[in-house]
Amino acid sequence: MIEFIQALRDPDIAFLRYAMAAGLLAGIAFGIIGSFVVVKRISYLAGSIAHCVLGGIGAALYLQQVYGLTWADPILGALFAALSAALIIGVVSMYAREREDTVISALWVLGMAAGILLIAKTPGYTDPMSYLFGNILMISSADVWIILILDTVIIVISMLFYNRLQAVCFDEEFARLRGLNTRMLYLLLLGLTALTIVLLIRIVGIIMVVALLSLPAAIAGQFCGRLWQMMIAAAVISMLCIAAGLCLSYSLDLPGGATIVMVTGCIYLAGFSVKALRR
Amino acid sequence: MMPQPVISFNNVCFAYDQTEILHNVSFNLFEHESVCIVGPNGGGKTTLIKLILGLHHPASGSIRVLGGMPHANSRRIGYMPQSTHFDPSFPISVLNIVLMGRLGRRPGSFYSRSDKAAALQALAQTGLVDLAARPFASLSGGQRQRVLIARALACEPELLLLDEPTAHVDPAMEQQVNDTLARLAHRLTVITVTHELGFVSRMVDRVLCVNRTVKLHPTSEITGEIIQEIYGSDLKMVRHDHQCSQQGHTHD
Repeated sequence: MIEFIQALRDPDIAFLRYAMAAGLLAGIAFGIIGSFVVVKRISYLAGSIAHCVLGGIGAALYLQQVYGLTWADPILGALFAALSAALIIGVVSMYAREREDTVISALWVLGMAAGILLIAKTPGYTDPMSYLFGNILMISSADVWIILILDTVIIVISMLFYNRLQAVCFDEEFARLRGLNTRMLYLLLLGLTALTIVLLIRIVGIIMVVALLSLPAAIAGQFCGRLWQMMIAAAVISMLCIAAGLCLSYSLDLPGGATIVMVTGCIYLAGFSVKALRR
Repeated sequence: MMPQPVISFNNVCFAYDQTEILHNVSFNLFEHESVCIVGPNGGGKTTLIKLILGLHHPASGSIRVLGGMPHANSRRIGYMPQSTHFDPSFPISVLNIVLMGRLGRRPGSFYSRSDKAAALQALAQTGLVDLAARPFASLSGGQRQRVLIARALACEPELLLLDEPTAHVDPAMEQQVNDTLARLAHRLTVITVTHELGFVSRMVDRVLCVNRTVKLHPTSEITGEIIQEIYGSDLKMVRHDHQCSQQGHTHD
């Protein structure tokens, strides 16, 4: 613990500070959007969006290497893939009356497969592992700024649309009868979810990002009576889990993303058991 | 001169895929009428409601609601869906649910002071002001049902449409819900879907019997034979707490 705090102040290991700052800032977005995802029960959709991101990352790397498009940063590719996946999944879940889950699963694996193929065909060696499981060594000060900007966007939009998004999550049909454009609001929610997923892929990776999106909100949901309280509590829980996970992973020399997810999962299970035993 | 009907169905047919749910339905309902929709499960009660709300569109025939197309006027209807429709653990206060009835009235992101006043008034009408700050999850079935009625009232509707308001409520609470509805029926057009026939005769002017076709009866006409016709011949009737409507009631 003391070692970790010293390491955070060490000018030679700046990546740890960046990882800590990125993790804490992303916790805000995770708390807000995670709460929407949990109450609207769309964590499966979020999982599908997350996996499609690999396709975008692969495409960006390929364009950079093969066509020399230097602006095609992997995070741009990730953003583009996540937003397109959100749009496709949103439209499918609105209009497909049956077998919605099949289409979502298909997108889930196709996005992933496209990413692996594109990365394999990109000259030079890129390790997909760092995208799949996160790699805190890759976080730069630019990432921290991007997360800060996306955080601001998410906070502002969530505040402006709070009442309407809450109504859509609670009772979409009633919201529609009040004249709200529930389809646009649903797509907005999926879009915000996509943005949030892109935020933390650097830290916990594509495969585990859904854990950090849904578990802190699920823990908060066990004791919160209001959606906004759930959001604040979930944000604080995310931050604590990320900080504790990073500290543990540094002290014990463990992979950062997996340690963060393990800490979060254990707290969730412990909370769940305490609640079950009380009954 | 005849008053304008509030709801008017003219030879309406509706089908899900190939299965016809409603066949040649025609009826008129008028202002300040209390109407009950009864019929067996799968007979088309909920479909009828969704047609009135403009959530479904008829395959043929025409529907007028409050003088216009159903979907154009859905904002003027206070709708209460069945309470099984909700996630009981959703973290939300009673007041915030009722405030949803105020959505879509004006642009802007936040509820105004008058929205809050209207929501509190709707809670007062259903006897729930003291529970305004409570989480929805902590309420009993009857209280939840009344919260949803309050939300429908917060829309300041001209027409109240209630889908099974007493379906999952224990008998003691059912009385509370029914008393609330009886008070509202004095000043609003109230349409209620129910499976309880006792409820029908106590406070309703006319009964709409739905089983693929629709028949409209004044409550005074409801007899054992009509009930058998709607529900099939196996039905055994146990009547208790039976009160007749003002128009009287005949038994054959």
